[in-house]
Amino acid sequence: MDITRVLSCVGYILLAPFLGGLLDGMDRKISARMQGRRGPSVFQPFYDIVKLFNKQIFLVNRSQFFMVVSYLVFVIFSGALIFAGYDLLMGFFALTTAAMFLVLAACSTHSPFGALASQRELLQMMAYEPMVLLTCVGFYLATGSFQVAEITQNTWSPIVYLPGFFLGFSFILTIKMRKSPFDLSTGHHAHQEMVRGVTTEMVGSLYAVTEIAEWYENVMLLGILALFFINQNPLSWPLAILAVLAVYFLEILVDNTAARLKWDKVFSSSWLVTLLCGGLNLLVLDLVIHLL
Amino acid sequence: MEILIPLLILFPFAVAAVLVFLRKQKVRDIVMYTGSVLVMVLAGLVLFFWIQNGCTPIELFVNTHLVDSLMLAVEFFLMGLVAALCGRRHKYLIVLLSVTQTLLLAWLELFGPALPEMAHIRIDRLSILMCLIVAVIGGLICLYAVGYMRGYHHHHKEFRDRRPFFFAMLFVFLGAMFGLVLSENLLWIDFFWEITSICSFLLIGYTQTEEAIHNSLRALWMNLLGGLGFAVAITYSALSLSTVSLQAVVSQGAVIPVALLAFAGLTKSAQFPFSQWLLGAMVAPTPTSALLHSATMVKAGVYMLLRLSPALNDTLTGQMVALIGGFTFFAASLLAISQSDGKKVLAYSTISNLGLITACAGVGMHETVWAAIFLLIFHAVSKSMLFQDVGAVENALGSRDIEDMQALMLRLPRLASIMVIGIAGMFLAPFGMLISKWAALKAFVDADNVLLVLLLAFGSATTMFYWTKWLGRILSISRVRMAHDVTKPNEWVSLYAHAVFMVLLCATFPLLSGWVVDPMLTEMFSVSVQVLSTDNMLLMIIMLCCIFLLPSCSYLFTRNLSHRYVISYMGGANAGDNNHFVDSLGEKKELQISNWYMTDLFGEKRLLHPCIIISAAGLAVMLCIILVGGAV
Repeated sequence: MDITRVLSCVGYILLAPFLGGLLDGMDRKISARMQGRRGPSVFQPFYDIVKLFNKQIFLVNRSQFFMVVSYLVFVIFSGALIFAGYDLLMGFFALTTAAMFLVLAACSTHSPFGALASQRELLQMMAYEPMVLLTCVGFYLATGSFQVAEITQNTWSPIVYLPGFFLGFSFILTIKMRKSPFDLSTGHHAHQEMVRGVTTEMVGSLYAVTEIAEWYENVMLLGILALFFINQNPLSWPLAILAVLAVYFLEILVDNTAARLKWDKVFSSSWLVTLLCGGLNLLVLDLVIHLL
Repeated sequence: MEILIPLLILFPFAVAAVLVFLRKQKVRDIVMYTGSVLVMVLAGLVLFFWIQNGCTPIELFVNTHLVDSLMLAVEFFLMGLVAALCGRRHKYLIVLLSVTQTLLLAWLELFGPALPEMAHIRIDRLSILMCLIVAVIGGLICLYAVGYMRGYHHHHKEFRDRRPFFFAMLFVFLGAMFGLVLSENLLWIDFFWEITSICSFLLIGYTQTEEAIHNSLRALWMNLLGGLGFAVAITYSALSLSTVSLQAVVSQGAVIPVALLAFAGLTKSAQFPFSQWLLGAMVAPTPTSALLHSATMVKAGVYMLLRLSPALNDTLTGQMVALIGGFTFFAASLLAISQSDGKKVLAYSTISNLGLITACAGVGMHETVWAAIFLLIFHAVSKSMLFQDVGAVENALGSRDIEDMQALMLRLPRLASIMVIGIAGMFLAPFGMLISKWAALKAFVDADNVLLVLLLAFGSATTMFYWTKWLGRILSISRVRMAHDVTKPNEWVSLYAHAVFMVLLCATFPLLSGWVVDPMLTEMFSVSVQVLSTDNMLLMIIMLCCIFLLPSCSYLFTRNLSHRYVISYMGGANAGDNNHFVDSLGEKKELQISNWYMTDLFGEKRLLHPCIIISAAGLAVMLCIILVGGAV
């Protein structure tokens, strides 16, 4: 394993929470401006985390602690896998396991809001999972490998072959980042439908851990988005960063302009987009590769 | 080997014959215990001598006139049995199915063309693996059955106690499975195939209720339909290819027999449109479900398809098998979402997993077959374990509804832990099934089968939904009525053995791949390729360590953590604990939390018939095209 892969992996583990927190802060600032408010400082998320860690620990039960910690560990593990250039599919399998721990943490409380939200979270997972798997397949078809290290070593950007997958993945990113109109199980706005959804029963440092895990996850997902653009050419890197920031801005825009959908719409629209964007792109790509 | 192999096949039949006549419970139990242990020992001996022989394929028994005539006689007896049992219930179509295939094969054997001499038994890696699965899992199920059936008849006084017959049938089943996987002659395979069909018919109808009889007859006609396909395939290959050797048929890749044999495999492995018989099998006592769903019956179907897989690669028949399998994987996992009956979820999940194995066999590349064999091993162990566990939970709680398993981890901690291992093994990274899913996805892309890729992607998502829902139910914590664990020691032996196997299989899967599965592929496809890279194996093992280390680490860290317990949030309407709330009239009400089943979207009423119709139409059309094309 060469040194850049080690550096990238270590860099992810050490820096991702700071990057994720900053992005979160920017999100809040931009959202506030869109709503005609001044908004907090971009460093507010960090202040919040420090405060959460200093709070007294309330637990509904002990097992929740283990599940939340497992959630964090598996998110970091899957991100580290991808940033170290390993198998994309394995990374997402680990991420699914992580998400499942969050659901179990919410289930374990026998709290009406936590339990309801856990079922919705599962529905959301079912909605986005096919697109995630298809994205991996798309990368494999376009570049001949599931290995991130090999995907980045092409002479062209994968987006050339994968425009449909890019659209589809950006679509389900809205669910993953818990943005409106898909924030059924929990969201970042004050006008929640189910108190705090899956995190209702998580207090103090426990909640801080889920927050940090979310930052790790966001950085990893945006990393996948960047993977659509990165190739051998160093110039592709700034392009990738610009594209990722643009998508992130769009997510914030959608978040602030859309109302929450009902679950059946979330489910059917995600599967439809997956079939249309992912499925069609897959079909065309398969034909193109055959013709060449 | 000449002595050991017939002994392995005949010994279970002998035990069965003894069991039928034993009325004393104590003696019968002892016979059951020694019988199951001896079956495992025999299979172990076969493995030992086969390894001593250099792990090469062994062919045995060229001259078998006496045995052949004996088998023919038994087949006529079975035909008579089916005719008597079904004629009594005016199911003349089933009688017709049975009579047609028996007469067809009898004609072939007595008046058909003389066939070249061939070995009737062939022992290779796949058959050894199947023997081990059948012996170990099947043997453990027999151990479990002793204790379970005692409890069953204690709870269900309304059913006639026919245990001697039940236990005998279990052993007949095992013997037939050994015969099926070790035979090379298609006539022999068909003989054992028919025995498993009739055995399952008798086992499903055990309780003799109206529902049980109805379901058992359905299982019988579906399996006999496959059997008819089998018989026609044999007759065709005997007449036009002048061989009844499975190897020869596969290596020649003859279209019509391969298609018909694959059709038989599809019926037995309960693929859509034939899934109904397996769902109906739930009415029988739990050991039947465990035996039918995990170790034997359905595995016979996928075993056949795996044998055929080299001849399926890149053919229309392969396409048919793969599409039916892929569709079954997706459809069954959708249907499982709406079920709250634990056994029914397991049944749908079995059908779904068999669909994936079938799809892999249908694509017929060495990578997909690698995935299929892994799925087969993991599925056999974890499904058998889950069925027995649900059976034990049902005996303790009086219900097998998932909704009643709330906080099972507190109420029946040992049974719940085993259930968690089983469920995790079915779908979660880094456990067994996921490795296969990874390999299958990659292979489907390599095979350019876009439709299968889509079915796998969507099917994985729905699979995750119903398993996590169940897992959440078990692990949730609330104050509920405690339950009394009535699981008997022999049931524990079987459950613990399964759990240990499961964990061992997960921990040693690189060895399993290197020593067992890779050489098997070399034997079947004459290529040797490493399917899973070393990197990925390493990653899986790291994840496995994480899963096992995290609970203990987290316990150590939080042991001295100062914390306060609070009650959960109910918008201020708590009534003092987590289980009650104050309603709008100021009264204390119990809080009930239930899982989400989305019956209006995924219910059987809405999806089952369309699924059967679509798959039946697809299967019929493709089979017609293949057969007509093959004949022309």
